[in-house]
Amino acid sequence: MKLVVAVIKPFKLDEVKAALEGVGIQGLTVTEARGFGRQKGHTEVYRGAEYRVELLPKTRIELLIDDDTADDAVKAIVAGARTGSIGDGKVWVLDVAQAVRIRTGEMGADAL
Amino acid sequence: MDSGDTAFVLISAAMVMFMTPGLALFYGGLVRAKNVLATVMQSFFTIGLVSVLWVLAAYSLAFGPDKGGVIGGLDHLGFAGVGQEPNPDLSPTIPHIAYAVFQLFFAAITPALITGAFAERMRFSAFALFTTLWLFLVYAPLAHWVWAPGGWLRELGALDFAGGTVVHMNAGFAALAAAIVVGKRRGFLKEAMVPHNLTLTILGAGILWFGWFGFNAGSALAANGLAATAFIATNTATGAAVLGWCLTDYLRRRKTTTLGAASGAVAGLVAITPAAGYVGPMGSVAIGLAAGIVCALAVGLKYRVGYDDALDVVGVHAVGGMLGALLIGVFANTAFNEAGADGLLAGGGLALLGKQAVAVVATLAFSFGLSFALLKVVDLLVGLRVSEDEELTGLDIAQHEEVGYAFAEGGGSAAPAAAGYAETSQPPSTIRVPQGDSA
Repeated sequence: MKLVVAVIKPFKLDEVKAALEGVGIQGLTVTEARGFGRQKGHTEVYRGAEYRVELLPKTRIELLIDDDTADDAVKAIVAGARTGSIGDGKVWVLDVAQAVRIRTGEMGADAL
Repeated sequence: MDSGDTAFVLISAAMVMFMTPGLALFYGGLVRAKNVLATVMQSFFTIGLVSVLWVLAAYSLAFGPDKGGVIGGLDHLGFAGVGQEPNPDLSPTIPHIAYAVFQLFFAAITPALITGAFAERMRFSAFALFTTLWLFLVYAPLAHWVWAPGGWLRELGALDFAGGTVVHMNAGFAALAAAIVVGKRRGFLKEAMVPHNLTLTILGAGILWFGWFGFNAGSALAANGLAATAFIATNTATGAAVLGWCLTDYLRRRKTTTLGAASGAVAGLVAITPAAGYVGPMGSVAIGLAAGIVCALAVGLKYRVGYDDALDVVGVHAVGGMLGALLIGVFANTAFNEAGADGLLAGGGLALLGKQAVAVVATLAFSFGLSFALLKVVDLLVGLRVSEDEELTGLDIAQHEEVGYAFAEGGGSAAPAAAGYAETSQPPSTIRVPQGDSA
């Protein structure tokens, strides 16, 4: 089992979700996040006082999937989230030791 | 001169002023969170802009001495000759200046109404330039046609008690032109674009309802029975329109909605505006109910036809305005206002309905056509739309360098005198501080 985590631009979520559905992914969890990488932040000004805002709104996606589909999921996320400009985000994959479906008590790959 | 009338009209003017901040909240709640400030700014800034332009020249173009039935002369530039004495042709019992300031706030809310059509994608500079040109070239002439002595629609005998033609149809048809010329928001009909805070929208609708008593009852220009007639007509129609829109929602999905109730209220207020001083309470029920139902259906047109009137200015103000203007021809009755006329149900035949139809068609042609042309000109001069990046980021940051909701703290730095400030900012002030006897 793998946990695929991605941080993407918020307005790309719909495309990423569609791409994941295209490779048969059944579900995912989305969190509103903030972060910074190489992308510059923006300036806000209140009554003439400037503030540099470096943490930008991002969307964090997590999906728990079996080992065979992890590569497809990563490719789908990259295809859906890419704009080509700085700040498109990252995808990374982790090994998962155990998973349980709470409703049924199913464990391991059956819980996915 | 009547002190009671003067007090009433000045208070009514302040109530009409309060409608535009109400509109700001009504519209602000309907957009996505990243565009809330840009949206409320377009209404709020318009109050400031029109407050100056009106005094400088727009009032004179609208209400100056008639030139051929189409425009006012320049006699009142800078409010010259607009004094404390009544102008017998416009408002015999109150100071001319009280009438002029009452009219100012009608002129302020009208272009603010249009902003709902191009919400979430218009450059601020383009909005400000368009509003300026539109006030002089579209609003002022139309106000003259309908309300000024000698104006051709007024002389024709078309009725518009408080601005169904000048304010609502005018804004609605300009909004249609704006939705077409500015084009759709990115992702329209593909992405979910849901209102980010309907609580604001409901509050805004409530403020509009309150201020509208100044708008309609105040248009009697006197604290008298006609004002009371207009007041009750306004409230009754609005109530009926809330019921009509909620009924439509309920029949479609077995649920009523808060946005339906708020939109119904505005639709009813729009439709009763031209009729308020010419119809009785039962006519008001009919007009309001019709407005609630018809506008609830009309706001769905944009999805079928494919124009992105973001906040439904066409569906509510153009459609509600036309409906109200035409239904005057059915429900008007001289029993409520001797200066009015009798419509179909009062035995007046089809004559009034025909005149109302002429007013609708003339407004449609003039407002839509000229607004369309002005938007094209503004596009050439400064560009109407923000860039794709700015639209995705949101107009609040891209156009105003602010955010409406700063929920999370941290992640930034105060720039003054801090690292990173020096590259982007101006050098310190070079104004000399006096140093005593240095001469």
